[in-house]
Amino acid sequence: MDALLLQFINGLDKGSAYALIALGLTLIFGTLGVVNFAHGALFMLGAFCAVTFSKILSIAQITIDPTKTDFLGNPLKVKTPYIEVWFGDFGTALLDWSVPLSIAMAIPVMILIGITMERGLIKHFYNRPHADQILVTFGLAIVIQEIIKAFFGANPIPQAAPQAFFGSMDIGVMIGFAQDTIIYPYWRLIYFAFSVSIIAGVFAFLRFTTFGMVVRAGMADRETVGLLGINIDRRFTIMFGVAAAVAGLAGVMYTPINPPNYQMGMDFLVLSFVVVVVGGMGSLPGAVLAGFLLGVLESFASMPEIKNFFAGVGLPAIDQIIIYLVAVIVLLVRPRGLLGKAGIMED
Amino acid sequence: MAKYNDKRTLLIFAIIVLLAPVLLAPTGAAYPDLMQRFAIYGIFAIGFNILFGLTGYLSFGHAAFLGVGSYAAVWMFKLLTMNIIPALILAVVMAGIFSLIIGYISLRRSGIYFSILTLAFAQMSYNMAYSVLTPLTNGETGLQLRLDDPRILDAAPPEGTLPSTNFFGLEMKEVFWNPTFLGYELQFNYGFYVSALLLILSFYIAMRIFRSPFGMMLRAIKTNQTRLNYTGISSRPYTLAAFVISGMFAGLAGGLLATMDPLAGAERMQWTVGGEVVLMVVLGGLGTLTGPILGAVFIKYLENILSKINEVVLQGWFAFLPGWTEGFVVAIVYPFVGKGWHLTLGALFMIVVIFLPGGLVDGSKRIGKLFRRIAKREA
Amino acid sequence: MGILEVSNVNKHFGGLHALNNVDLNIDKGSLHAIIGPNGAGKSTFLNCLIGKLKPDTGSVLFEGQAVLGKKPHQINQLGISRVFQTPEIFTEMTVLENVMIPCYAHRDGAFKINAFARVSKDSEIRDQAEHVLNDMGMNGKLNMRGGALSRGDKRRLEMAMCLVQEPKLLLLDEPTAGMARADTNDTINLLKHISESRGITMVIIEHDMHVVFSLATTISVLAQGAIIAEDTPENIKGHPKVREAYLGEAEV
Repeated sequence: MDALLLQFINGLDKGSAYALIALGLTLIFGTLGVVNFAHGALFMLGAFCAVTFSKILSIAQITIDPTKTDFLGNPLKVKTPYIEVWFGDFGTALLDWSVPLSIAMAIPVMILIGITMERGLIKHFYNRPHADQILVTFGLAIVIQEIIKAFFGANPIPQAAPQAFFGSMDIGVMIGFAQDTIIYPYWRLIYFAFSVSIIAGVFAFLRFTTFGMVVRAGMADRETVGLLGINIDRRFTIMFGVAAAVAGLAGVMYTPINPPNYQMGMDFLVLSFVVVVVGGMGSLPGAVLAGFLLGVLESFASMPEIKNFFAGVGLPAIDQIIIYLVAVIVLLVRPRGLLGKAGIMED
Repeated sequence: MAKYNDKRTLLIFAIIVLLAPVLLAPTGAAYPDLMQRFAIYGIFAIGFNILFGLTGYLSFGHAAFLGVGSYAAVWMFKLLTMNIIPALILAVVMAGIFSLIIGYISLRRSGIYFSILTLAFAQMSYNMAYSVLTPLTNGETGLQLRLDDPRILDAAPPEGTLPSTNFFGLEMKEVFWNPTFLGYELQFNYGFYVSALLLILSFYIAMRIFRSPFGMMLRAIKTNQTRLNYTGISSRPYTLAAFVISGMFAGLAGGLLATMDPLAGAERMQWTVGGEVVLMVVLGGLGTLTGPILGAVFIKYLENILSKINEVVLQGWFAFLPGWTEGFVVAIVYPFVGKGWHLTLGALFMIVVIFLPGGLVDGSKRIGKLFRRIAKREA
Repeated sequence: MGILEVSNVNKHFGGLHALNNVDLNIDKGSLHAIIGPNGAGKSTFLNCLIGKLKPDTGSVLFEGQAVLGKKPHQINQLGISRVFQTPEIFTEMTVLENVMIPCYAHRDGAFKINAFARVSKDSEIRDQAEHVLNDMGMNGKLNMRGGALSRGDKRRLEMAMCLVQEPKLLLLDEPTAGMARADTNDTINLLKHISESRGITMVIIEHDMHVVFSLATTISVLAQGAIIAEDTPENIKGHPKVREAYLGEAEV
């Protein structure tokens, strides 16, 4: 029982990332009717916002400490980040908190990137065939990816969570299991909570604001809303910015869990597509639900008992393909996905 | 209906391909390994074009069939014989079976859904090859020849050496003629000519499909599926047939890659490889006969020259520039070459999709028209 | 016994009773028009006939064979062709190719891989296609791209694509919608010509009374999902129920 619970919560953080990316994909697909193959790149860009931010913060003053020498016998060069030179302990704390703080930078940057992408490129593809939309966003994803590689190199760049969140929480003890049976790193817990609040924020935004109401109406019937004299295009552009920001934030906060590299976007993109298909193309709650479900499922499939069972029938490492298998089954049995509207994908 | 001069096109194409070691000499691309890659990826792209170019179904999953072809071929090398014929046959057959299964499921949807499904299948196949089916694929390391492989049809090779792939005794790697021509040292090897003959055969098959009623139905699917259905045609078997045919071409290409170098790894199945063949076909000219081959050659050539350029080479090129401008220009160009050549590829691809949806073939036609117009004005 | 027998068809959309016990008999060789005010259920009815919608109850028999539940291509293979409101043609292909495709479908059935036959050498198919196009007055445009044709020519092309299959029944969904008067008259003459020269049964769904009264041999009037009258054009004009439901709003 405790083992099951452990796998369940282990799946939540990956599920959160899937849910956030799938949410953005669905927002863009629902409002603009475009499948954005560059959406994974936005997730990756978010992660590199965090990297950039911490690089900026740790720009260092180099001083020479004459009392010490390095291993070659030269006087030792000491790097002290300017921010520590200027602000002392407060500066150190800022550095420590660079990942969460980089959110402040990531939001405007990602919104700007999203809006530029939509106005500069995707706008011109609304009336082109779907294949062209896929191709051009695919090309864009390659370009973004390679630019990041040119600037940051191909190796993953580890980012640390604030020290306050090092270590794990013993959830098992809290709910009456033995010690050390269910432990969960603090940062993953934060990631989960953060994702849930962003998802709640997006839903609240769509539900309770006039802006959101118009966007939802536009998702249902773009032409009619346009006829009402509402500038739906501008709102959709902003929605694209919001979707980019959601993907970016998912990326920022994911950096301590998984060191970012330039290819991470593509890996998550493929899985997020699967999530969207399982959840139901165009359904926002579906995307979120399927994201968490598949994350948890993947986690369960990686349990030794289950892995061994499938290894016995000739399928070791079932956790690597379980998501795809589920997607195929869902597609054959219920093509519209879990919460998709009737008619979608059923022709 | 337009008159096609197919015999002439085929003849010219065959002559160009067979003379490639001579014709490519001035470009520096005339060494066997690269030319063989041109031919193999040409076959891959020709096949892919039958699906994407004719029916408009955009698959991101064809790398899986390339990989299946490679694995199948290497298994034949391990178990049966180093002769490439059984290996290529099994590669095509296995890729055909795989594409039938994947196609049957994916083609229940169309448009973007189909693309997403094939993408998911490609990633799934990659994961299967990488970890799930390790007994068959040897996981991360990849499938390789071993000294203790049975190879039941072959005589045992000399102690401690691995046999090489051959066509009834003609070794693929062997350079059979090495003349000097106009100052260029030319290399003719068997491996290239095997691939070249299969490329010509593939081109011929594609040409026949393009001109056949079957090909006409495939084009009709791209143009208007509603009308086709109300015309009494069931489009799914046609798309499935096109999918399987293109999968078999991919399998052949994968098998040929294994004849060059008898090993197969999971990275060959990664969907980025499937993305690359999309680039080739779109860059060359979607739905045209020669475009995909042009695209394949173009991309493989670009990869070859760009990835060799490093900072030192660039500094040599721009040494004539004064002072800091040299460093500046080198810094700008550097991300596009060497290890970063994918950036050039991505940018080029976007430019083609945005400004030249017809690809290189269409672009050259347009330029030709422009010149003719200018010439007319001047006359 | 008619060629097409519709009996007791009902269709609900939520609370809306879109089709209410529709019975209809189409006689062989007739030119049967179905008219009705907006929202009367004409499109729903047509969609039920061609398998796009599945009615809640009822049956549709074509020459004694059930039509409901069949896929569009199967319905076509029975001998039913369809003309759309906006012409559905293969815009990226030549006019001749457009007509050759239905020719092949008629000859080879729903699926056949003949990847090594040459279209250019198939003179039988080609002659058939050219013959029909000639009949439609399009012989000068064989090599034009379908998408480049004028609207009237697209309609002719679509007709040619249907006729080359020698259908037993031709369904027409508002074939003159959005056309200028000259084009409309052109289409009327075309349909008359087809009906007289080939004797194909036609069912025409139409809004334009001018078209209906110049063509139809029989008219059924659909109002609020039910057939309220069925008669010759002359009698329909004077029918009190029809006047009440329909002609009050339109000028005849």
